[in-house]
Amino acid sequence: MSSEESKTKPVTQTQTAPAKKEPELPKFEKDLSDKIVTKFGADTEISFVKPNRVRINVKKEKIIDVATFIRDELHFDHAESVTGVDFPNEKEIEVVYHLGSYTDPQLNKQILSLATRVPREDTPNPGKDSTKLQSLREIFYSVEFHERECFEMLGVYFEGHPDNRRLLLPEDWADIPPMRKDFRIKGR
Amino acid sequence: MSVKIPPGLQLEKVDERIMTLNIGPQHPGSGHMRLIVQVDGDYIVACDPDPGYVHRGEEKMAEYRNYILNIPHLERPVIHDSCNILYPYVLGVEELVGIEVPERAKYVRAIASELNRLSYTLYWLAIYGIFLGHSTMFMWPAGDRELAIDLLDKLTGARVTHSYFVPGGVRNDLPANFEDVCIRQLNYLEKRLKAYADIFYDNPILISRTKDTGVLSREDAIRLGTTGSVLRASGVDFDVRTKEPYDAYEELDVHTNVLKNGDSYDRSKIPWLDMLESCNIIKQALEKMPKSGSVRVKLKPNPKGGDDEVYKRVESGRGSLGVYIVSRSKPEPYRLKLSVGSFRNLICLPYLLKGEKLGNMPAVYWSLNYWPVEADR
Amino acid sequence: MLKELELAVTPQTANAFLGKLGDILVKAIDKPLGYAINWGRLWSLWPVHIETACCSIEFGAASSPRYDVERFGIIEAFGSLRQCDLVVVQGTITRKMAPRLRLVYDQMPEPKFVIAMGACAITGGLYFDSYNVLPGIDGILPVDVYVPGCPPRPETLIQGCILLQEKIKNMKAR
Repeated sequence: MSSEESKTKPVTQTQTAPAKKEPELPKFEKDLSDKIVTKFGADTEISFVKPNRVRINVKKEKIIDVATFIRDELHFDHAESVTGVDFPNEKEIEVVYHLGSYTDPQLNKQILSLATRVPREDTPNPGKDSTKLQSLREIFYSVEFHERECFEMLGVYFEGHPDNRRLLLPEDWADIPPMRKDFRIKGR
Repeated sequence: MSVKIPPGLQLEKVDERIMTLNIGPQHPGSGHMRLIVQVDGDYIVACDPDPGYVHRGEEKMAEYRNYILNIPHLERPVIHDSCNILYPYVLGVEELVGIEVPERAKYVRAIASELNRLSYTLYWLAIYGIFLGHSTMFMWPAGDRELAIDLLDKLTGARVTHSYFVPGGVRNDLPANFEDVCIRQLNYLEKRLKAYADIFYDNPILISRTKDTGVLSREDAIRLGTTGSVLRASGVDFDVRTKEPYDAYEELDVHTNVLKNGDSYDRSKIPWLDMLESCNIIKQALEKMPKSGSVRVKLKPNPKGGDDEVYKRVESGRGSLGVYIVSRSKPEPYRLKLSVGSFRNLICLPYLLKGEKLGNMPAVYWSLNYWPVEADR
Repeated sequence: MLKELELAVTPQTANAFLGKLGDILVKAIDKPLGYAINWGRLWSLWPVHIETACCSIEFGAASSPRYDVERFGIIEAFGSLRQCDLVVVQGTITRKMAPRLRLVYDQMPEPKFVIAMGACAITGGLYFDSYNVLPGIDGILPVDVYVPGCPPRPETLIQGCILLQEKIKNMKAR
């Protein structure tokens, strides 16, 4: 069981205390993150715990189990957005789900970020190469259009999503997915 | 050329009566978006939305400009609600760089944000009227909107796309005599807003077109992840200004309007009630704000954050608007993502239009408070 | 007297006389008729209902009671585009929208005019380096009037329409 303590950053720079001691982690958020890590152990890792924001890194094979646990036990019920971030130096793409809750009044302020990493190839072939991830559509229905956009912008194929096709780009787009870092825009 | 039929439009029984129609980008009732619908006689059987006609690549462009240069182009998705789309971005940059905004600036931000909400919602109401064929309901809000735009013009210098919020506060202070002019115009605007009930909300034609059409139940609204007035019309009490208050909203008293039926009539009524609430909030803010003080903290050139990320959200005219910034110790953001209310509500459209009459399509579609330019970013 | 008239009217003189009559008629009727036809066209320019991007808000504000572009005859026709004669390209044209815009322009009957409104329609504007944006619509449509601004104020748009009216007034009525 590994959990990584991380420092919270102070919100303002006006606190210039000469002796920097470790500030206390917010208790409610630490509870939430501890519940997940105690259940799933080595597959998950706390990235940070800040007021109202918690981030958990998950291995991509376990994401369905962790998401089901978050929905059933912790009562998060919808996804606010799905973001893909490209890290070409580490040859990985990170997919971050921001989850929120409407039904539980204690969780109204919290946003839980659930992040996984998928491998990335240098010449992408969206749909047919190794950049694949299990879709969370059966668990959080609200990710349907967000995952479609992540597919067309970064090339991450979501298995289990009924409709992996482009949403915002023109129909005759023949270039690599535009949000990758290899895709340079004109003149820059 | 062979066309692959999208899964949303594949029907179990293919009938001769079913016809595929294209409600395209050039249409008096569609806005900047295309809908492919399949109709059986007069009833819609399946619908596939096709956004992306105004996709300008905001997020990619943001990676090549530093935090201050990003301000003009990030406010163009919704030009008439531009302060609200910049608000979470500015809050995020302030947290990354580590600066604290003066008290007076927080109240001025609240005033600008509520005035923008008035400007946006009045334009939305005007277009709703013209989509239904009620041209008086286009003229009245479009004319009353000029009152709110006059106030914004005095405050920021521009009618739309104000570029008024910067990391560190706002660009300039309230002009002299702004309070009296503002209160006088808001009193007149409230009287005009209450008169809309006579021509629009009590109008039997509107009631017959929008009551019980496009009903979204409470469980579906939560499950589909909707936000804003669509959510509040289905009975869920969630407003970012009360649930996760930011800046001056921690001290201001905001009352959320919630209705229960979840049909198009309720969804068209909630923004109007929210506008009356906005006038109250502006008057409160003018009373409570500190009478003197600076409104801007000067930044060092090329501000940058460390290896960090931040997610901030704010209540805009369409719902909760979130901005996710990933920074890696450079003046430009590494990744910027806008999670806008219109894109989150788009998922309702295929589900609400099934079984509706084709003539009710504009009434349901525009009541989702959908602004196509923002959803495409 | 009739005899002199008979001798005077020969095919050549009749030709010359009819030619001169034609010249006088062309000068007397063609110019005023052309002026009348152009007058009818310029005071009833109907724009197609196509909103392309964010400048559509200022176009909508121009139809509002304060700026009232309807007094110049510019009413948004809510019928089909085959009854319209003006395309106001409001704002950015993306690569997805460009073929549809050309299709709309091709379906309109002659005479038709194009106003490019906003900096994005003229040269690509603020989005000049984006991957999905056309750098101006000069490549796909023949533009008559350019209205700069980001977005142009409604009064600027009305000034653009008046410039278009001046252009039509001096046009040869086809």
